[in-house]
Amino acid sequence: MTMPYYASAEQVMRDRSEYARKGISRGRSVAVVTYADGVLFIAENPSSTLHKVGEIYDRIGFAAVGRYSEFESLRVAGVRLADVRGYSYNRRDVTGRVIANAYAQTLGAIFTEQMKPYEVELCVAEVGDRPETDQLYRLTFDGSVVDEPDFVVMGGQAEAVTGHLREHFLPGMGLSDALQVGVRALSAVSPVTAGAAHGGPSQLTAAQLEVAVLDRRRPKRAFRRITGSALRTLLGDEPTPDAVEDAPATVHHAPSVPEPGTPAGLGDPANPDTAGEAGFDAHDEDGGEG
Amino acid sequence: MSDQSATRSGFPPAYLDRVGSSFTDFLATAAPDLLPGRRPVPTMPVGDLAPHGTTIVAVTYSGGVLMGGDRRATMGNLISSRDIEKVYPADSYSVIGIAGAAGIAIEMVKLYQVELEHYEKIEGLTMSLDGKANRLAAMIRGNLGAAMQGLAVVPLFAGFDLDAAQGTPPGRIFSYDVTGGNYEERGYAAVGSGSLFAKNSLKKTWQQGLSADAATRTVVESLYDAADDDSATGGPDPVRRLYPIVYRVDAEGIVRLTDAEIAAVADAIVTERADADRRNTERGATRPGDQP
Repeated sequence: MTMPYYASAEQVMRDRSEYARKGISRGRSVAVVTYADGVLFIAENPSSTLHKVGEIYDRIGFAAVGRYSEFESLRVAGVRLADVRGYSYNRRDVTGRVIANAYAQTLGAIFTEQMKPYEVELCVAEVGDRPETDQLYRLTFDGSVVDEPDFVVMGGQAEAVTGHLREHFLPGMGLSDALQVGVRALSAVSPVTAGAAHGGPSQLTAAQLEVAVLDRRRPKRAFRRITGSALRTLLGDEPTPDAVEDAPATVHHAPSVPEPGTPAGLGDPANPDTAGEAGFDAHDEDGGEG
Repeated sequence: MSDQSATRSGFPPAYLDRVGSSFTDFLATAAPDLLPGRRPVPTMPVGDLAPHGTTIVAVTYSGGVLMGGDRRATMGNLISSRDIEKVYPADSYSVIGIAGAAGIAIEMVKLYQVELEHYEKIEGLTMSLDGKANRLAAMIRGNLGAAMQGLAVVPLFAGFDLDAAQGTPPGRIFSYDVTGGNYEERGYAAVGSGSLFAKNSLKKTWQQGLSADAATRTVVESLYDAADDDSATGGPDPVRRLYPIVYRVDAEGIVRLTDAEIAAVADAIVTERADADRRNTERGATRPGDQP
C-alpha cells in the first residue's frame, strides 16, 4: 500500500475525529448528574476493579468512557497534577478548572500532533459549597472543553440518554431519585436491557453499575463509592433497613500473616522485640534477610 | 516549575507515564525541588537555630492505639512555641507524631499524608500498615545528611491494622531512628527529649488490654512525668488552656480527643500528685530549707 503524498489538514482532522468517535461509540455510557447534595456518577460497568469513575482530589471527581488504558493514564495524570499543586500551594488552590484545562491541552495536543487520537471522553466534576457552585466540565477527544449545567452524558448512546435525562431530570433531586432517573436513562439504551420486550431485564442491576458521589456534606474528601447493599437499597432492588451505611471508599486487604523470615520487629506483631536474634535462627535456611 | 507548563500545554510527559503509585517517587522525577531530602545539607551544625519538637508517646489499648504529644517546641534554651501540634493524622487509620527539627518534620508529615492519599487514589486500595511504616522509613533515610547537622527528624508512627490476623492486637506502633531504621514496638513507645522519662512512667502505668480511658490516662501521665524532668517538654498549662494533643485510632478510624477530655484527665493527675505531696509533708517529710 502506498501512502498519499499529500492530505489536506481538513481531511486529516476529519479522519481522526471519525476514528475517535467510532472508538468511543463502541463503549457503554456514563452519566454524571447533579443532585441536592453534590454530584452523582453512574456508569454501566460490569467490572468492579477497572473503574470508569475515580477521585481526583478533595472536591473533584473524574469519569470517562472509551479506551481504558488511555483514560486511566489521564486519570493518574490528573491525580498527580492535583496532588503536586495541592502540596506545593494549598489544598484550596486545586480547582476543577485547572484539571480540566490540563486535560483539554493534553487531549488537544495529542489530537493534532499524533497519528492516533485518544479514543476517550472525560468529565471533570467539582462539588462546591452550594448547588450553584457545582461544576461539570465535559472534555472530548479533540481537547474541546464545555462547562455543562445539570448533567453530562458520555459514551456510545449519549444522545439517547441525554434526551431521556432532559425529560426526567429535576434540579435538586435527592440521591435516590437522581440515581433512579439516571439508571433508567442508561437502561433505556443499554444492550443488556434490549430484550426487555421479550421478558428480559428492563433495568440495569447493581452488579452492572459503578456508582459514586461527590457529597458536599462530607468533610475534606467528598468522593465516595456506593457499592453492595447500599447501592441495591438506593436502586430499590432489595430493601434492607441498615444498608444506607457508608460503604468504605476503598477495599480492605485480605487478612495477612507475617512471612517467615521477615526482619524481626517488622513482620510479627505478637513478638516484635526479637531484634534479629531469636526469630532469625529459626529461618536462616530460608535465605532471609540475615 | 512544571506546574506552570502544565496549565499552558497540558501534562508534561512525566505525568502521563504509568509508573508507580508513589507520590514521592513521582516528585523525584517531576519536581525534585519539592522534596525535603533533595536540598543542600548545611555545612555547619544549625540545630540551635531551628525549633525542635520534643516528646511524643504512643500506647496500644484493647481497641487500637493512642498517640499523644506535648505542646512545646524549643530553640536552644528558648521556648519557641507553647502550642505547637506534633501529632497528625496520617490517613484515616494511622497517626504520626514527630520529634526533632520542627520545620523539616512538619514538611515531612505533609508529604507523607499526600503519599498515602495518592497511593489510595491511584491504586483504589489503602496501603497495608507495614507498607505505610516502610514508606515513612524511606523518607527518614533521605534526611540523614541534615540530621548530622542537628536537623534530625524522628517520628513515631501508629495505626490500626485492618489486616491484623485473628487474635493479634490491631493497634501497632512503629518507631524510627535517624538512619531510617524501623522497629515495631511492643505495647508502648516514646520519642523525643523527654522520652526517657515518659517511658519510665509508662513502664509502671501501662499494661496489656487497657480500656481507652485508662490508656488515655497513661499517655497524659507519661507526658506529665516527662515535663516534670525534661525542660524541653511542656506540661499541662491551665493558664493558657493548653493541654497535650491525643489522637485515638480504633476500628472506626481516627478521633482527636477534645481539649475538655484531656483537661479533665490532666487536672485529675495534677490534683492526685498535689494530694500525695501534701500527705508526705503531713507525715513529717522535711524539705531542704524548712525551719527545724
